[in-house]
Amino acid sequence: MEHYLSLFVRAVFVENMALQMFLGMCTFLAVSKKVETAVGLGIAVVVVQAITVPFNNLIFQYLLKDGALAWAGQPDLDLSFLGFLVYIGVIAAIVQVLEMVLDKYMPALYNALGVFLPLITVNCAILGASLFMVERQYTFSESVVYGTGAGVGWALAIAAMAAIREKLKYSDVPHGLRGLGITFVTTGLMSLGFMSFSGLSL
Amino acid sequence: MSADTKSILIKPIFSNNPIGLQILGVCSALAVTTSLKVALVMCVALTVVTAFSNFFISCVRNYMPNSIRIIVQMTIIASLVIAVDLILQAFAYAISKQLSVFVGLIITNCIVMGRAEAFAMKNPPVVSFLDGIGNGLGYSVVLIIVGTVRELFGSGSLLGIQILPLISNGGWYQPNGLMLLAPSAFFIIGFLIWALRSVRTEQVEKDEFRIAAHTVAEASH
Repeated sequence: MEHYLSLFVRAVFVENMALQMFLGMCTFLAVSKKVETAVGLGIAVVVVQAITVPFNNLIFQYLLKDGALAWAGQPDLDLSFLGFLVYIGVIAAIVQVLEMVLDKYMPALYNALGVFLPLITVNCAILGASLFMVERQYTFSESVVYGTGAGVGWALAIAAMAAIREKLKYSDVPHGLRGLGITFVTTGLMSLGFMSFSGLSL
Repeated sequence: MSADTKSILIKPIFSNNPIGLQILGVCSALAVTTSLKVALVMCVALTVVTAFSNFFISCVRNYMPNSIRIIVQMTIIASLVIAVDLILQAFAYAISKQLSVFVGLIITNCIVMGRAEAFAMKNPPVVSFLDGIGNGLGYSVVLIIVGTVRELFGSGSLLGIQILPLISNGGWYQPNGLMLLAPSAFFIIGFLIWALRSVRTEQVEKDEFRIAAHTVAEASH
């Protein structure tokens, strides 16, 4: 249990997807103008991460890994080079299915997330988490914890960023620094703050 | 080279820079810049992928139905990235280990998708190829600047060659450890955008709010 807790804390704070690994920056910068939308996107990312990372883990373990196809009578087959293509396909498909399921059974949530779901396919935090999972050879249960943690960390970062930007728009920023520039500097300062977690281990 | 092709190549470098103005492909720009060598490899990889994905997507643009175009584009891009990744693993294994997942993340790099959607879908193959190279170069310029600053001040070297002699080796330069950590990348890009926009003032974003001039408080207050 302790191992999983430590993995979770590391995924949320120490290796924060947005602030320490620089993933999902494009959406992070583009959709962090309002707290409400940022939280909506954050929740969507948590949900998609928690599903796609374990799913990709299963695919990797039972289809792509060196010798994984032994059950199909092909012990010498190594399909891991197909990884990128398969993971992105899985992510796109899961996002699509999730959209349809939510539309049918949870229309309220669907309307809240609506616009953001398709956007998530091209969010590099999602693909990044799957690739890290493969690179670090997580087991299935570890991948569940890691996926959720990575999503929560990203959601936390974008919500905090949106809160800061809502206040920031009333401030008198130098001309050239307005908009994108000051957002980068603010993100840098937040990242500096998150670095204080770097020695943390449970 | 005609003036038109020239402008397609040159424009994305300064006046329509993918990172500075279009806010595309920022993630990898930050992550791979701790050393110049890694940044250079990343630049080449991204330029190649963008150019070829633009070329191939432009080749098939008239044959694919609009409703599945994203999937087709994704497949083309992912295949190219797989090729680049395998080549890197074969010929530059150490660097490919250092780049770790960021080669794979070229797939979701918005520059590639963005240029495919915005340019390659509407233009013939050769022009699209040049547009891909132009945007790759625009991305490279930012990456090289950030990489140079971070490696020079973070470890006193460039491309692994010691430029500023370190105190620990009997020199005079005390390396700035912050430069090798995540936050510095954000600061450097932020200030780079500031510098770019001070020169090209037309790129400055409009304020959402104007602070009204100070007036005497009304009686009701």
